[in-house]
Amino acid sequence: MDETMLSKLHILCYNWIHGKLRECEKVNQMRKQALSDEILGKIEKPARYIGNEVNAVMKAPADVDIRFCMCFPDVYEIGMSHLGLQILYHMFNEREDTWCERVFSPWVDLEPVMRREQIPLFALESQDDVKNFDFLGITIQYEMCYTNILQILDLSRIPLYARKRGEEDPLVIGGGPCVLNPEPLAPFFDLFYIGEGEVVYPKLLDTYAQMKRQGKSREEFLEAAAKIPGIYVPAFYEAKYGEDGRLCSFAPARPGVPGKVLRQAEMDLDHASYPHAPVVPFIKAAQDRVTLEIQRGCIRGCRFCQAGMIYRPVREKSVEVLKEQARRMLKSTGHEEISLSSLSSSDYSQLKELLDFLMEEFRDTGVNISLPSLRIDAFSLQVMSQIQDVKKSSLTFAPEAGSQRLRDVINKGLTKEVILEGAKAAFLGGWNRVKLYFMLGLPTECVEDVKGIAHLSQAIAGEYYEVPKEQRQGKVQITVSTSFFVPKPFTPFQWAPMADSQAYLERVNLLREEMRQQVNHKSIRYNWHEAEVAVLEGFLARGDRRTAEVIKRAYELGARYDAWTEYFKEELWEQAFADTGISKEFYTTRQRQTTELLPWDFIDAGVDRGFLEREWERALKEQVTPNCRQSCSGCGAARYKGGVCVESKG
Amino acid sequence: MKVRVKFSKNGSVKFLGHLDTMRYFQKAVRRAGIPIAFSSGFRPHMIISFAAPLSVGVTSDGEYFDMELSEKMASRELVERFNGAMAPGFQVLSARKVPEGKKYNAMSMTAAADYEISLKGQPKIEKLAEKAEHFYSQPAIWAEKETKKGGKTVDLKPGIYQMTVKDSVCTMRLAASSANYVKPIMVLNAFSAYLGQNLDWDRCAVHRAEVYANEGSTEKPRFVPLDRLGENIE
Repeated sequence: MDETMLSKLHILCYNWIHGKLRECEKVNQMRKQALSDEILGKIEKPARYIGNEVNAVMKAPADVDIRFCMCFPDVYEIGMSHLGLQILYHMFNEREDTWCERVFSPWVDLEPVMRREQIPLFALESQDDVKNFDFLGITIQYEMCYTNILQILDLSRIPLYARKRGEEDPLVIGGGPCVLNPEPLAPFFDLFYIGEGEVVYPKLLDTYAQMKRQGKSREEFLEAAAKIPGIYVPAFYEAKYGEDGRLCSFAPARPGVPGKVLRQAEMDLDHASYPHAPVVPFIKAAQDRVTLEIQRGCIRGCRFCQAGMIYRPVREKSVEVLKEQARRMLKSTGHEEISLSSLSSSDYSQLKELLDFLMEEFRDTGVNISLPSLRIDAFSLQVMSQIQDVKKSSLTFAPEAGSQRLRDVINKGLTKEVILEGAKAAFLGGWNRVKLYFMLGLPTECVEDVKGIAHLSQAIAGEYYEVPKEQRQGKVQITVSTSFFVPKPFTPFQWAPMADSQAYLERVNLLREEMRQQVNHKSIRYNWHEAEVAVLEGFLARGDRRTAEVIKRAYELGARYDAWTEYFKEELWEQAFADTGISKEFYTTRQRQTTELLPWDFIDAGVDRGFLEREWERALKEQVTPNCRQSCSGCGAARYKGGVCVESKG
Repeated sequence: MKVRVKFSKNGSVKFLGHLDTMRYFQKAVRRAGIPIAFSSGFRPHMIISFAAPLSVGVTSDGEYFDMELSEKMASRELVERFNGAMAPGFQVLSARKVPEGKKYNAMSMTAAADYEISLKGQPKIEKLAEKAEHFYSQPAIWAEKETKKGGKTVDLKPGIYQMTVKDSVCTMRLAASSANYVKPIMVLNAFSAYLGQNLDWDRCAVHRAEVYANEGSTEKPRFVPLDRLGENIE
């Protein structure tokens, strides 16, 4: 063969290969699209629905046994910002027998189009109907998304009630912090996963794959699943109510089903599955950055905080693992920012080493570091001045309550002196903007506690004007925000009555008035949250199975996106209460006794009920409880045999 | 070293807007490990700028951005690295060294663009090619143009360098500089009015085939694809 022949052959081959490549590309472009170009061209942010993002996982349906659709029941940009979803997505897709895809709530402009054009809800990756999946897994992060869950089921054409579903319907499984009280949603779910997903999902999926191969029924699978620790199948339990409306018994309705469901906690975070290549949204997500979880749980034990109780014990990831994860995730996503995630970053024992590494390693590549949930002290101020532009950033304090008395009640171990010292150091460091977060309506709150918020704000502003004038950066800006306290299950305040929205607003007005009388009131801005949403959140948080009817009725009446102020319609919920005859006040403002059987008592959250009762009593006596590193309070989380419970207490 | 990158955008990613496409490429640069240069200051930014924004819903085989490299990298390696970091639908076609200086920026050099508009699915019109020729041969093509102050009537003709219809595809070369800019939808609407037919823009598949610089004069333009102005980096 001479040279010209060779070169011709070369060109032929080249053309052939490129032809094939073009074909592949075309196939990809011709990928099924559940929404037509015409629809996508007319709705807001069409990229919410097209999938295809960097690191999205594509598999062939024929190659897998299990198709799992993971749902975050809010809009794409919110859902894609959630770490838990990325963790499970990655973990499931590591399995050869499983293809995990994603679905989010269609935005308000798309739902009417889907109904009109009769388009069922679809998963982003394959664009296949959700209804044809084996599982629909819904992560439930806040109560105000409950109507969105029904919208997801409805648009997927899955019967809303689990009891009406057949063999061909997906198994609907709920997870996330809200399912620590799954009862308000119980009728809508086939099963719930209580606790951290890393622990028993492998077993659950193995069981499912095996039973599917054996041709077992839905019912048979649920029976097997109910025996896996942490799995709760609501249909297998019966709730009975007394004449006064209170729960009087709650028990398994068939043999072999456990009476208590134990929250699952991953005790080896260093080796647990972590998303080295998280999906990178095309459109800007709420969290447009790498999220590096540095620890799980919190040692502090604030009495209002559910996360501080239900993620016990505190478990740290080793700094070496974090360095490696940071490198890999920044590389695989191309994000320009990394955020350290935890409930209280300052409590992470290796924080300095980790930050030094991040600053050194990524200094030249313009990667920003963000560090939420820091306590303000000398160390954190020094760190922050290195990673942020002091002139442009503000400092955040969360005293939560205005008076020392009330801070003791809620066990927020932050004193006025510490706050003022932190503020002073910050002002000397060049900051002049401060954000302060408080709650109104905390148990035992009185007029002086509310006014205390104004006095503390004033004192912080006063601290600023103590700084010599030549060192100040103009005027100080203090932004005070108050939210309304919502009692949550598995906290010491789970028995506490809520105030009604009228009483909440009276407190807001009291505080506004007191603010106006402060010397530095012109430097203080005050924002407050809506009271109606908080009351409803309280109703849903401590509801029982009967609560489900109100959610369903509100959904039927058109409630959607209740977590979004602009879409929350209180009148729909009021109508739903009227139509179902269910009393909101029974669940919100009623004082519960510690002897009462609570709807979520069948769940063992890892913290003992006795501990919560003790904490509730201590709160009323204004007694502070030391944090987990100071001394063990015997909450019960030691049963997990790890984390802070086994650290040497030196 | 200033490098001009040419890329295509096909399939469902055509629904990404201009800002999201820019964000996408900024992240792609990092994933691909391209030695890009950063601006100075507390928050350094990548030195990268895009040529001509593409409307949402339009596919393209001729998109461009310029970037400043902090160290030399061969064209071939740049293309390979980028394509190893792309999402389906995006493909990098070339990366060539271009002259330094603001006036050589892709954005300021952009003078015209070719569009292909598929009229499949539109009402059947007899002798469409001929009618397109007549439409284009008019001395002036008047159309309503929306401006900040409201609508005004403008002559599109000087901004339409070419227009033909063949096999239900309308091909046009339109002015795309900041001083003289004609959107394909304006031409299609004017054509639609001329025909007395309702051509529905929302049902047209629109494709941008190429973006050009003008190496000639305003009177006698000579259009050159933006990547031809650069040279291969060995």
